[in-house]
Amino acid sequence: MAGRYIPLTEDEKRRMLEAVGVASIDALFEAIPAELRQRGELKIAGPQSELEVERHLASLADLNTHSCLSFVGAGAYQHHIPAHVGQTALRSEFSTAYTPYQPEISQGTLQAVFEFQTMMCQLTGLDISNASLYDGATATAEAMLMSNRANDRKTFLIPRSLHPEYRAVCRTYAANLGFNLVEIGFGADGRSDLAEAASAAGADLSAIILQSPNFFGCLEDWTEAARIAHAHDALAVAVTAEALSLALIKSPGECGCDIAVGEAQSFGIPVSFGGPYLGFLAARQKLVRNMPGRLVGQTIDKNGRRGYVLTLATREQHIRREKATSNICTNQGLCALMATIYMATLGRRGLRDLACLNLSQAAYLRKAIESSRKMRVRFSGTCFNELVVDLGRSSKEVQERLQDRGVIAGLPLGVFFPELATTLLLCVTETARREDIDTLVRELEAVL
Amino acid sequence: MKPEMKLIFEKSREGRTGYQVPDTGVESVDPRAHLGRWFREDIAGFPELSEPEVVRHFVNLSKLNYSIDEGMYPLGSCTMKYNPKINETTAAMDGFAGVHPYWPERQIQGALRLMRDLEHLLCEITGLAAFSLQPAAGAHGELTGMLMVTAHNKSRGEKRDVVLIPDSAHGTNPSSAHICGLKVQQIASNTRGRLDLESLRAHISPSVAALMITNPNTLGLFEDEIAKIAGMLHEAGAQLYMDGANMNALLGKVRPGDLGVDVLHLNLHKTFSTPHGGGGPGAGPVGAAKHLERFRPVPVIEEHDGQLRFASNRPDSVGKVKGFYGNFGMLVRAYTYILSLGASGLREIAEAAVLNANYVRAKLSDRYHLPYSCLNMHEVILSDKKQMVHGVTTLNIAKRLMDYGFHPPTIYFPLIVSGAMMIEPTESEPLDEIDRFIAAMRAIADEAETNPDIVKNAPHSTTVQKLDEARAARTPILRWKP
Repeated sequence: MAGRYIPLTEDEKRRMLEAVGVASIDALFEAIPAELRQRGELKIAGPQSELEVERHLASLADLNTHSCLSFVGAGAYQHHIPAHVGQTALRSEFSTAYTPYQPEISQGTLQAVFEFQTMMCQLTGLDISNASLYDGATATAEAMLMSNRANDRKTFLIPRSLHPEYRAVCRTYAANLGFNLVEIGFGADGRSDLAEAASAAGADLSAIILQSPNFFGCLEDWTEAARIAHAHDALAVAVTAEALSLALIKSPGECGCDIAVGEAQSFGIPVSFGGPYLGFLAARQKLVRNMPGRLVGQTIDKNGRRGYVLTLATREQHIRREKATSNICTNQGLCALMATIYMATLGRRGLRDLACLNLSQAAYLRKAIESSRKMRVRFSGTCFNELVVDLGRSSKEVQERLQDRGVIAGLPLGVFFPELATTLLLCVTETARREDIDTLVRELEAVL
Repeated sequence: MKPEMKLIFEKSREGRTGYQVPDTGVESVDPRAHLGRWFREDIAGFPELSEPEVVRHFVNLSKLNYSIDEGMYPLGSCTMKYNPKINETTAAMDGFAGVHPYWPERQIQGALRLMRDLEHLLCEITGLAAFSLQPAAGAHGELTGMLMVTAHNKSRGEKRDVVLIPDSAHGTNPSSAHICGLKVQQIASNTRGRLDLESLRAHISPSVAALMITNPNTLGLFEDEIAKIAGMLHEAGAQLYMDGANMNALLGKVRPGDLGVDVLHLNLHKTFSTPHGGGGPGAGPVGAAKHLERFRPVPVIEEHDGQLRFASNRPDSVGKVKGFYGNFGMLVRAYTYILSLGASGLREIAEAAVLNANYVRAKLSDRYHLPYSCLNMHEVILSDKKQMVHGVTTLNIAKRLMDYGFHPPTIYFPLIVSGAMMIEPTESEPLDEIDRFIAAMRAIADEAETNPDIVKNAPHSTTVQKLDEARAARTPILRWKP
């Protein structure tokens, strides 16, 4: 019996085997020594009908909560996604195409990537952007490798206010390369101690890697980081986990940074339990040959008509092999397309309006916390849409108690920062109504 | 001819937007006053369009693509098979797509169970002891696997800094090994298109960390001496890494773990049908034999009293290779696919994929040069040797296929075959479509003899014709500017 995804009938198989000149399907596998072949079937149930599979998956999905009020961000942001973003991106022509190796029949993907690259340049204030990386964490690690290629130095200043997962991935990538990752502390304002960074910077400094808004939601001083880095002929890497903030906050390029990386999941991509997301990397023109990942460039066809192709491939693994600027091949193409459609939709005004709303939401939450006698805002620094609240007692316990009351009250920070075990990282996007924020504050007060 | 497609920026009109910000009931702050020195004045050049304009723009762009839902996409080594639509439905379920990665463990038991079940299914399919679902793509899986090998060697106090890679391997293999601080030595292929055991023997030394082998290899051939190869490596204390990019040919037929493979990655966006998306996202889970299990990335999933949870306290782990836990949405799709097929369906995939590729070979062997004329697995390699006589190259043939309504095969790869065309029909092609492809390839072979110019100047039917790639690289234009 032919399966629903396998069209060949028994009669067709017979005819094809005859054409091939073998007696049976088994004979096609004769290159596999008999003693190595699988005996009997795998122990996997099925085949199952679509209805049965859908029911089973729905039952698993139902084991996950999805009706709580959630105030968790921390690198994955619950923003509203306009309906047409997913519907347009999931068209077969986009979603079931391969990497655009054959430009004449891939102009749709190629032009969309070219538009993505342009928008990321506009947002970051830099000259060039690649076609995407896996996520914010790996993009940060790639920026570290890229800096090392550019200046052949091995010391990196990695503030503790950089997302803990981004720091962890940097450590993993650096493990066998002899890199020296120096951590920088943070102050009462929640911002990195750049004086400490300045004194730690030396002749072997490759790059300062500074996230803003940082993991605590506070805005950092990219301008000062760039000044310190450049004083040592090193590079300044700006990291952003909440890409929406770029719409309203002075860009990495304007602040003098050389590379901007981060996570653009906020642009139309669901939180989806941590992936797939959208890593981005933009940089100054002079660093183009050191860039990882695919790049789309504009050219013309033989009739002079404008078109787009994958370009500068001599940086890449399929040409350069072990000397490539990165091992990346498959990237996050469809996520980049979703982000492109999202950014085009919100546009110059809408993206800033939305960012302003997020800013206002956090300001409202901050005021509500500040007026409570039971908790306080932990860091004084200016925030975008996240802030840290200090509850004065185990935040993990408080968060657990609020779950029973239908509220997921942010991320208890003790898991990443033992000294912050009484704090929660709270996020408010446009999806929270005023009464939701009021509920959060009321419920927190009720259990404290 | 259709007019040139404008860029979205060229369609922009000041004052338009496609979005209305919701009213949350919260009073708006003045961002300039609130942000002070951080305030940004404008996003210069950013597009301004209404929703219908945006939708039209991208729908019209989509029409310039070729996709597997339109026709055969015989791109060798890429396994462009049909992507079942139910997989999209399940991945988009609110209980998956709407779940935040940092929600407390009791709120995410369904997601954890799906991941744990998928790990078990992949263990059963590959015969390996444990899986990590964290890597985001094939190359990322290679990096993870080789980091595990390196950690294993370090844990034994061994300094092994050489990795052996066949000359037919994907470029990602040497590139991934390089990030692990390993030096690459290339192993030759023999006249049978398999790894040359003499070359391997000459390179094995106490410095060798691993051999990275693709099986079936990129010539579409099963490495039939794999057990012997594994033995040679293990005797020297080295590991056998298998690039599982071509696992489609082996499903239910042979398990890498039974061949002596120590660590491998799978491409869920190839073998397990998650859509390629015009360049991702993918997923590249890594499987490991028992002795490498403890080096897997953190967190791993553990079960306690019927509840699942993430465990990060694993001192031997290579650490994290990606934010959160992997490309979860792709895991949902692959899991849905495996359940749909079951054991017999998976085996039938391998059988149909191998039959289709051999049928293409049999039907084209009189018109195209076959560098290896034996039975092949999931893909067949042809070359342009016969057409070169008429000045027609593999690139020309590839472009001409577009005029016949097909995506070309992978070309000029593997590097060890001059003018290679790597054809992988996959199991999901109907025989009529395969016959139509064969007829197109035969017609092009005729044209190469009778009217070579029509082939050399192809494509003729596409919106843009042959693009000047040299110009793009010489004077790169990587973004739009007003």
